[in-house]
Amino acid sequence: MSALLSIENLSAVSRRDGKPILRDVSLQVESGTIHGLVGESGAGKSTISKIVLGIVSGGVVVTAGRVMLDGKDLVQIPERDKRILIGSQLALIPQDPLTALNPGRHIGDQLTDSLRMWKGFNRKAAWARALELLDHVAIRDPARVMDQFPHHLSGGMRQRVLIAAAFAIEPKLLIADEPTTALDATVQKQVLQLLKRLQAEHGTSVVFVTHDLGVVAQICDDVTLLFQGKVMEQGTAATIFNAPRHAYTRALLAASPRYDNPAAGLNPIDDAVIAACYAQIQQFDGVQHG
Amino acid sequence: MIGLITKRAGMAAVTLFGVAVVVFGLLRVAPGDPIAMMIGPGATADDILRLRASYGLDQPLINQFWIWLGSLLQGDFGTSISRRIDVGQLLLERLPATIELALMALLVSMVLGGFIAIIGTLWRRHWASGAIDGVNGVLLAIPEFVWALALVLALGVAFPVLPLSGRINPSLTTDFRTGFSLLESLLIFRFDLAADLARHMTMPVLALALPLAGIIARVLREALSEAMMQDYVTLARVKGMSELRLILFEAMRNAIGPTLALTGVQFTFLIGGTVIVEKIFSYPGLGNMAIDAVVNRDFPLIQGLVLMFGVIFILINLLVDFAVVAFNPRLRHG
Ligand SMILES: Nc1ncnc2c1ncn2[C@@H]1O[C@H](COP(=O)(O)OP(=O)(O)OP(=O)(O)O)[C@@H](O)[C@H]1O
Ligand SMILES: [Mg+2]
Repeated sequence: MSALLSIENLSAVSRRDGKPILRDVSLQVESGTIHGLVGESGAGKSTISKIVLGIVSGGVVVTAGRVMLDGKDLVQIPERDKRILIGSQLALIPQDPLTALNPGRHIGDQLTDSLRMWKGFNRKAAWARALELLDHVAIRDPARVMDQFPHHLSGGMRQRVLIAAAFAIEPKLLIADEPTTALDATVQKQVLQLLKRLQAEHGTSVVFVTHDLGVVAQICDDVTLLFQGKVMEQGTAATIFNAPRHAYTRALLAASPRYDNPAAGLNPIDDAVIAACYAQIQQFDGVQHG
Repeated sequence: MIGLITKRAGMAAVTLFGVAVVVFGLLRVAPGDPIAMMIGPGATADDILRLRASYGLDQPLINQFWIWLGSLLQGDFGTSISRRIDVGQLLLERLPATIELALMALLVSMVLGGFIAIIGTLWRRHWASGAIDGVNGVLLAIPEFVWALALVLALGVAFPVLPLSGRINPSLTTDFRTGFSLLESLLIFRFDLAADLARHMTMPVLALALPLAGIIARVLREALSEAMMQDYVTLARVKGMSELRLILFEAMRNAIGPTLALTGVQFTFLIGGTVIVEKIFSYPGLGNMAIDAVVNRDFPLIQGLVLMFGVIFILINLLVDFAVVAFNPRLRHG
């Protein structure tokens, strides 16, 4: 298997105070697999996703590294080529379905954008395809939904619409940034299953951002565990869960609800483990600057 | 819907009645007497009394008011004291010229303001956007009558390329059937007339349009920049839309409603501005006539004009309300 997406030694700092946001991050997403990007809030998961998708804000400066997609460096290629490459081959399922759809445009128009821009569909063909896509994500009465505005739909429906939109162009790589955190628990589960099913059907590669190890265990093939923008542990899901090497990983596993044994209870992460993580990061920063 | 319309119509009637009371009252307490303005030297006290009586000015004020209001309701605005013509007829003659001027100014300000806002948003991370903001600040800060004078000096005196006054060159044979000369000349393919009308309109239109363009640009720019930071624009960017497309098709849709609402309010100010601008350019519209009417203390004409402006303002507000709903799907479907 060859890596579809290869992030190599990516570092980024905050423009305002120069504080490191990503510290020498490397990860590979193999073709047709789901790669879990895990870490607590502020670990830099979204920043990595945004750099790959070319939507990182001006407040974040990439200081080093490459983001290779199919052999092309997304950080280096000209703006226009990058836009076309990302538009036609990558897709994003955002965290918050309530704000990710344009309140002023019909669902149908928003679903057909990519098809018309990148797949050469005319209006009618795109519309027909979008109906199929909605049907595929189990939306009832797709024809009516196409003519509606986002405010007519529930959060779960909107997330389904966004998933349909993401799969519309058969992207090579899909980035899902905590796609279920804004949803109720039951809807979460359905959406997760839907995502997994579509991924398997299309053979799409996915970067799945989450802080929920239970979700990782359910759907991910590989995992990268981040802490403060630094990779703490990386490997197949099986190794991470069965033979974690880093103390932080073990602590996280102990702290999360056991998918295989819900009765086991939760253990809060030991302060000493966190302190050790910070020490590791300080040491890394020292080597970088000293 | 029907309920809304009757409610709005009722409100409009109340507003207009209030306007009628205020303008009538203010005119009677303000100094100046229309009869004094029109009598020649050597008129006797008797002449004056007779003249007063002929315009009903000898009656008690409250009677004058009810008489005026009663005829108004029958469509009779009274007779202009200074021009001795039916006020309703005078208003109808002048109204189209002002409508053409104001709408043209509105169009120009929307196009110019929209353009500035779009370019400013497109270049928002570029140093040039600062320059655009600067230009816009100038547009905003200078009132219409100062623009009028500046334009007169620039394009009428220093580089005399545009006519200084009037609506059309008097030597052109003009037998328009309506007062909407520009529209009419275009509809009958008399582009020579249209060109001359446009040349006469250019300076007053610009004087009225530039400040409004500045306001529209600033509000729209703000709304666009705000919209450009929303998640749905980010998602559309991932779809590979170009920056210009994001602005025009994603952000604009949500920015235009609030901008239109404000443009409507500002448009009523623009119409207020026509009074002085029409006077400066001797443009034969309502505003120009309003100044003459005030100078002559022509009570019926002033009252008619003020009511006319009141009706225009109410109509504009109504249109704005509809436009805001039309551009917001959430309001449209309840
Ligand atoms: N625009 C920005 N300017 C400056 N710093 C930023 C910016 N965006 C993010 N950061 C910083 O980058 C770090 C990582 O943020 P990021 O959003 O990638 O975290 P995350 O792992 O996605 O967290 P969460 O689980 O809360 O979404 C944070 O410390 C944050 O303060
Ligand atoms: Mg995040």
